[in-house]
Amino acid sequence: MQSKPIALKILDVVSIIVLAISTYLALFFAPTELVMGQVQRVFYFHIGTAWVGMLGFIIAAVSGVAYLITKDMRWDRFEVAAVEVSTVFFFLTIVLGSIWARPAWNTWWTWDPRLTTAAVTELIYIAYFMLRQGIDDPEKRARFGAVYTLLGGVSAPITFMVIRLFRTIHPVIVGAANANQEKMSMNGDMKIAFFFALFAFTVIFVDLIWHRIRLGSLEDKVEQLKLKVSM
Amino acid sequence: MENTPDTSTYMIAGFAVSFITMGIYIVSLYIRSLNLKRDIETLESMQDEKPKSQK
Repeated sequence: MQSKPIALKILDVVSIIVLAISTYLALFFAPTELVMGQVQRVFYFHIGTAWVGMLGFIIAAVSGVAYLITKDMRWDRFEVAAVEVSTVFFFLTIVLGSIWARPAWNTWWTWDPRLTTAAVTELIYIAYFMLRQGIDDPEKRARFGAVYTLLGGVSAPITFMVIRLFRTIHPVIVGAANANQEKMSMNGDMKIAFFFALFAFTVIFVDLIWHRIRLGSLEDKVEQLKLKVSM
Repeated sequence: MENTPDTSTYMIAGFAVSFITMGIYIVSLYIRSLNLKRDIETLESMQDEKPKSQK
């Protein structure tokens, strides 16, 4: 295994710094929201994790297509990394949303269209790992995984768009809300915390994906060695 | 004017969950990496010993 590249070491440090800044902005810099109070501060992490979660699912679908065209296993490693990191972040999005919902909606969970599609998306990607676990042949596993992420990738834009297509209690953050919906308004300092959280989680996402790809290379090496030893 | 509710407990819970989840994931990456490196060492040594035993 090659030693950790200097660029990755720098990215590790940058990730820690941007996470610290984002936490500071969310906790101390952004003003307290008058209606919801302090719990609104988790919104910055909620949106940041949702953004990278959905981004990763789209990236995984694109990687799946790239694998099907090229049959290059590097695309498979990239796909697995994107799905795994995004599944972790999307889990966080759902949990943070639930924590915010308790004081805001007086319930931890409701089968609202946005919450339902988010839960279904998360379950689709948990099932992705179960599918891969069940296939021994690496090429077959990569092919099935690629097709699965391509189909699963549809759930990300559906989850994003659902609050614009159906009547829902989930507030609209990005874009215009229709007459039945609540639009979350932000002042200048809130916008700074919001956009910095998006940036910070993107940096952390890239860093974790890089680490996960390196782990995937080790997994492939172990698989190849096991094959050689058993022959 | 309506008073702002005290929802600090939920805020603390939210940030705690965020850091704990990210921490667990980073530790899991590290542990899996260590285990795989150990597996590679073992398998390479088994591979080196294989030709000797075949002689």
